[in-house]
Amino acid sequence: MTSTYAVLSEGLEKRFGEVHALRGLDLAVAPGTVCGILGPNGAGKTTAVRLLTTLLRPDGGSARVAGHDLVREPEAVRRSIAVTGQYASVDGGLTGRQNLRLFARLHRVRGPAERAAELLDRFGLTESADRPASTYSGGMHRRLDLAASLIRRPEILFLDEPTTGLDPASRNLIWDAVRDLTADGTTVLLTTQYLEEADQLAHDIALVDKGRVAHTGSPSQLKSLIGAHVEIVVADPDFLVKAAGVLDQLTGGEPSFDHDRRSVGAVTRDTTLTLPRLVRELDAAGVPLLDASIRPPTLDDVFLRLTKESAA
Amino acid sequence: MSMLAYDGTAMLGRQLRRVRNNPGLLVLTQTMPITMLLFFGYVFGSALAMPGEEYRSFLVPGLLVATAANGIMTGMFQAAQDVHRGVTDRLRTLPISRAAVPLGQAVADVAVTAAGMVPFLLVGLAVGWRIEGSALQAVGATGLLLLFRFATTWIGIFLGLLTRNEEAAGQLGGATFILPLLSNAYIPTEGLPGWLRTLAEWNPISAVTTALRDLFGNAPVLEGAAWPVAHPIAGSLLWCAVLLAVFAPLAVRRYGRGEG
Repeated sequence: MTSTYAVLSEGLEKRFGEVHALRGLDLAVAPGTVCGILGPNGAGKTTAVRLLTTLLRPDGGSARVAGHDLVREPEAVRRSIAVTGQYASVDGGLTGRQNLRLFARLHRVRGPAERAAELLDRFGLTESADRPASTYSGGMHRRLDLAASLIRRPEILFLDEPTTGLDPASRNLIWDAVRDLTADGTTVLLTTQYLEEADQLAHDIALVDKGRVAHTGSPSQLKSLIGAHVEIVVADPDFLVKAAGVLDQLTGGEPSFDHDRRSVGAVTRDTTLTLPRLVRELDAAGVPLLDASIRPPTLDDVFLRLTKESAA
Repeated sequence: MSMLAYDGTAMLGRQLRRVRNNPGLLVLTQTMPITMLLFFGYVFGSALAMPGEEYRSFLVPGLLVATAANGIMTGMFQAAQDVHRGVTDRLRTLPISRAAVPLGQAVADVAVTAAGMVPFLLVGLAVGWRIEGSALQAVGATGLLLLFRFATTWIGIFLGLLTRNEEAAGQLGGATFILPLLSNAYIPTEGLPGWLRTLAEWNPISAVTTALRDLFGNAPVLEGAAWPVAHPIAGSLLWCAVLLAVFAPLAVRRYGRGEG
């Protein structure tokens, strides 16, 4: 089985005692793309990353990372990957420079001192290079962490919640670095709690829930699964039912009422529905319209809806 | 093997740089045995049948070995801290020798211990301890002491990788202070009741302490003691060999395997 995927897993399983953390994870990540792994806490995201980076051994299924079998060729996998995340960290007892030199040496880089200086500069850490990493702020620490992963350009970079708790400047620096990497052909596997981050960076998203991949697709594909949310507000509550009838015809979605706000809403997958048409139709039906909106779905909607569906 | 040597040297450098970045910690660990030498030597010493100076000469090798046994504590704390803070996981994802990380830690620990012995021995000389044996014997004693430290550090690394939590490792490590209390490091074992004496004399600390006292010429080897204490040099070497043969492979395997 030679694969054209950077990461390909089939039926990956992992148990921790009674807890079935992964129940058959199928994942296919194309080379040079960013794959965002989203899911609620406890869905198995981190377990998946720990398996794919050889930190854990699977209990079932198989996976190839950079074309190498995860279980039979862990050394070859390790030569192709780099990991940065909430649990894989640099040494706080060393300075930023000492850390990068150490990792450069371990990667057999010629001129470890020069490589360290280059990366410190690129990640804005030159000024604090000779302070122990334990004195760094969260953002500096994460930048140093990412720099350590880029000592040697990895084929596949695993980023586990790389920007959790970071200020916008540090976050943008990390996002830019990820974009540069993929432009150079690196594949990135990203877990994140921030849907905006996935929307910004990911070419494809795998929505993980209860140890399985529940949905995959590009951000826009996932959004079209949900459809846009249409909402109107009427001046007189007696017209709510009439308005709902019009909405039903236009959207085919089941209207939902909010009597307190005198509003009715529905979901539509019809991408040709425009606001002027909505207003014209309602006006023609004699509905005293106060407000109307068509809101395209966000990844948050997708996330909430799809994880709620699978919970039901 | 050359991969192990190269990566091990890099990891050794890491540990030594950590010590250099935070020398205060080193000073702190060295004050403990010196304080104990002064307290035990002058407070307990005046209550013992042995003359004070003789007891202090008896105590110096004992404290050296008791301090070496702290390798369990420092090894455990460092290994658990690395696991806890994610350093171990990052190193595990690198294409490096699996044994390099614990080996680098153990060798660095021995080097730091050797440096830390110097101030302690100077205080020892000031309170009356002397090297009465030959220079060669003194070198042998030092080598044996560092070998013992190397062995106890591996025990610590293994336990630290099991504990995975620096606070728990700190608590558990603190409990290792009782180990030298159950040996001849601070007191002669002849006076102990039979079963307790046997237990104390089979404590590896007793064999190494007796070997040091013998090689430094501070106290004669006792007749009628348990085998490792009656044959202290062979006994010490055997103890170190056994501890290393058990705990070094366990630690390397544990390190390579992660938590599952």
